[in-house]
Amino acid sequence: MADSSSPMQTTSRTHEFGSNNSAPIAPSDRPGNRSSIGPAAAVDPELLARAQAGDHHAFAQLYSLHKRRIYSLCLRMVGNVAEAEDLTQEAFLQLHRKIATFRGDSAFSTWLHRLAINVVLMQLRKKGLSLISLDEAMEPSADDSPSRSFGAPDLSLAGAIDRLVLERAVAELPAGYRLIFILHDVEGFEHNEIAGMLDCSIGNSKSQLHKARLKLRDALRAQSPEGARS
Amino acid sequence: MTTDPKQMSCAEFQAQLPDFIGSGVDPNEHPHLKDCELCRALLADLETIAEAARQLFPGVEPPDEVWEHIESAIKSGDKVSGGESGSVAAPR
Repeated sequence: MADSSSPMQTTSRTHEFGSNNSAPIAPSDRPGNRSSIGPAAAVDPELLARAQAGDHHAFAQLYSLHKRRIYSLCLRMVGNVAEAEDLTQEAFLQLHRKIATFRGDSAFSTWLHRLAINVVLMQLRKKGLSLISLDEAMEPSADDSPSRSFGAPDLSLAGAIDRLVLERAVAELPAGYRLIFILHDVEGFEHNEIAGMLDCSIGNSKSQLHKARLKLRDALRAQSPEGARS
Repeated sequence: MTTDPKQMSCAEFQAQLPDFIGSGVDPNEHPHLKDCELCRALLADLETIAEAARQLFPGVEPPDEVWEHIESAIKSGDKVSGGESGSVAAPR
C-alpha cells in the first residue's frame, strides 16, 4: 500500500520529553458509551499534531484515550493477559515510531487499530496458529463454517445473552471471524473501515461478519439449550 | 434465482441477510419473513447477538505497568538517539 498512513511503514524519529513532563495527565479514558471514543469520534487534531511533533504528554493522552480498546482487542484475539499486555505495549511503541506518518487519510482510531491488528496477526503467526495470514483469516476452513439454518431445529436464543457467556463464545470463534465480530459489533467500526484495516472488500467484511454471528448463534444455542424456546 | 421477494427461498433470503443487517433497511419488513418462522427466528437471534455485543465494549483496561513499560522503552530509545529523558505519570 502506497499510503504513508499504512502501519506497515516504519519511520524513525526522535522524541522530546519537555521540562514539565512530570505533570500528571488528566483522566481521559472514561467513556460512558461507545460513541465517546468510538471510531467516528475524531481525535483532537491539536493533540494529534503535538504527538506527531514528539510531545510526550500528547502521546500519553493518546495512549490514555485508546489503551482500553487496543488492550481489549489484543486480549480477545490472543486470550492471554501477559501476551495481550506485550502486544498492547508493542502496538503503542509502533504507534510512537510511526505516528509522524499518519496523514489523516482515515480516522486515527482506524489507523491505530490497523496497526494493532498487524501486531496481533504477527504474534499469531509466531505461535504457529492456523491463522497464517489475513487472507486465511478471511477464508476459514470448511470446518469453521457456521451451520446453515434451513431445516435446522426451530430453536431461538432467549431475549438476553449473558455477557460472560457471550465473551466465552466469542473466544471460541475462529480468529478471522472473531476479529471481524469484535471490530464491527463490539467496537462499532463500519464495514468500509474494516475493509480498509484488513485489506478486504466491504462485501467480504459483511459476509464474514454474518458467518461470525451465525457461528456465535450455533455456540450460544449449544451452550444454553435451556434458554431456547421452541 | 427467484427475484420476487415473496417467492424467495430461505437460502436466497439468508444469502441477502449480510447486506440487510446494518444497512438501514429493516429486514423484518421483508416479505419472506411473513410466512417463514425459521428465518424470523434466525433474524431475531442475529439481531440479539449484535445487540448483546455492545455489552462487551469497551472491555478491560490494561494495568499501569503497560504504560510504564512503554514509557521506559521510549526513553531508552531517546537515550540512544540523544533525546532528553524525563517521566510522565501513568495516564488514567
